[in-house]
Amino acid sequence: MNAQVAVIAPIALPLATMAILLFAWKSIATQKIIGLIGSTLLAVSAAILLCLVDRHEILVLQVGNWPAPFGITLVADRLSSIMVMLAGLMGFSVSVYSLASIDASRVSYGFYPLMQLLLMGVCGAFLTGDLFNLYVWFEVMLIASFVLLTLGGERGQLEGAIKYVTLNLISSAVFLAAIGVIYAATGTLNMADLALKLRSFPDEGIVSVLAMLFLIAFGTKAAVFPLFFWLPASYHTPPVAVSAIFAGLLTKVGVYSLIRAFTLLFVTDLEFTHFLLLLIAGMTMVTGVLGAMAQNEIRRILSFHIVSQIGYMLMGLALFTPLALAGSIFYIIHHIVVKTNLFLISGLVERRFDSGQLKDVGGLYRSAPMLATLFFLSAMSLAGVPPLSGFFAKLTLIQGGLEAEGYAIVAVALVVSLLTLFSMTKIWAEVFWKPAPEEAVTAAYGLDDSTSVRASLFGPILLLATITVGIGALAGPVMNVSIATAKQLLDQDAYIEAVLPDHHLTASRPGPIVPVAGNSNASEQRIEPQELRPRPRGVTSQ
Amino acid sequence: MDIVLAITVGGLYAAGIYMMLRRSVVKLLIGLGLLSHAANLLIFTAGGVVRGRAPVVPSGEMQPLAEVADQLPQALILTAIVISFAVLAFALVLVYRTYQTLETDDLDQLKATDK
Repeated sequence: MNAQVAVIAPIALPLATMAILLFAWKSIATQKIIGLIGSTLLAVSAAILLCLVDRHEILVLQVGNWPAPFGITLVADRLSSIMVMLAGLMGFSVSVYSLASIDASRVSYGFYPLMQLLLMGVCGAFLTGDLFNLYVWFEVMLIASFVLLTLGGERGQLEGAIKYVTLNLISSAVFLAAIGVIYAATGTLNMADLALKLRSFPDEGIVSVLAMLFLIAFGTKAAVFPLFFWLPASYHTPPVAVSAIFAGLLTKVGVYSLIRAFTLLFVTDLEFTHFLLLLIAGMTMVTGVLGAMAQNEIRRILSFHIVSQIGYMLMGLALFTPLALAGSIFYIIHHIVVKTNLFLISGLVERRFDSGQLKDVGGLYRSAPMLATLFFLSAMSLAGVPPLSGFFAKLTLIQGGLEAEGYAIVAVALVVSLLTLFSMTKIWAEVFWKPAPEEAVTAAYGLDDSTSVRASLFGPILLLATITVGIGALAGPVMNVSIATAKQLLDQDAYIEAVLPDHHLTASRPGPIVPVAGNSNASEQRIEPQELRPRPRGVTSQ
Repeated sequence: MDIVLAITVGGLYAAGIYMMLRRSVVKLLIGLGLLSHAANLLIFTAGGVVRGRAPVVPSGEMQPLAEVADQLPQALILTAIVISFAVLAFALVLVYRTYQTLETDDLDQLKATDK
């Protein structure tokens, strides 16, 4: 496949699928088939992108052939393509799972088109190389998630949605303000160009203010301490297929943006920004896991664990060494797979007992040994028991922490890991080991499902559990990929070079090419950008 | 002119946050609306205010002759307004449905999902 097509495909395919789905609005069966085909194609295109990026390092697409920093840039480096691959995989798994688990009324109100819209927003956010575009993709993703969250209009859903919508809109407003201020300060929004300009920015104070604005905006979306309250209030309310894809992908878009911003843009004042990140990482881990321990409903426990694990992902970023960053990336890969899987399994438990409360369920080890095994694998992987994927992710982070002499954060990570194990054991003991409550046996349903329903529910869980075990078994190769990704993230010059091939020219003599659409000798027309664009006030007064 | 706009932006932020701290869900929405207006106006001010000079290149020239208004922030705001309009419309419907289902517009009573 052509490299440029590969970069745009993860955005274009969900868009096309969504458009086709709208024509099949009336037929539920057709929508299911088209949705599944669309998600499969997305996963395939993401795999192709990953292979291409592995060979060519950084792929750049200047949309409409307007050169950066003027046009819209799509960039696929290792991190982006890994994230797109995971998004494709989760989209596929959840599409299969939703075939049997989403009720017909939700499908007829547009579940499948919204899911494709969500995947488009997520992939767009991973691939864009421009801050304002990132904002737009965030909003695409948010709008889709708002509607998916409220689809069905049950009491809990509406109440959770108010909190989710409000906090996400506030973070969008902060993000927009940050975009305004960064444009005033530097006169550009292209990330590569920004990285170049922020390096030699005269006023460190303004850069720190900008860093904090972006930290609040992305931190809210990533559900870090103290901005995480919307997550446990809302993630347990929608149908399981929806929560699973939210749990897997949405907060990770925030984490991805944080990694992008704090490896590419704000790297001048590490002592301040990355130390603050380290503090936040520690607090996030601790509050998340303590919240989880206090809960008695499966999906609420799992939601609090998302918060706790965002802390691990930030820990690697905050330590900012190649090994620690590789640990973060390994952790993200592992976490998305395991967390989505745990939510899918919780759906099967709720399906059988019609409740997610720990007191209402039990005895599944006897009646559903396969489900119990699959849950055990994922739960132990989440807690970091060897030889599953979580162990290697945490081991790398802790090695990175020791190497960077961050002993305090290493201690926090280890204790939180132990508490996670405790919390997972609690679910295991309550759901699978303890005998089923009397009334639950009579209320039990979901046992007489047909083979095709079972295949659609168990298939994705089996696939994701296999991947978890696979990442553990192939920890070496995955580690190599993570280290290569971390090195690429720390090599900002390569990113800038890929997006702005003639940036030496712009650095020495401010005369970038002004694109004239359809004009082949456009490269000869140079103008001084300062004349075209009024000098930002904030800088001249310095 | 800049200073007037700066004060307006600050006032909008203050009003928006004040409204969001009220207990009524409707006031929360008004606060959100004010907040997004403040952000839009901030971007507009950030681009620099130039009076009466449209970024039009005269025929025969390759670039504008004098300092012109920066068009990029205006394009950004246009996008942001469309997005915030759509989101606010959704939020209004959400609040109305919530009011219908839960029969309250008091944020302090929306606690069931936090227990």
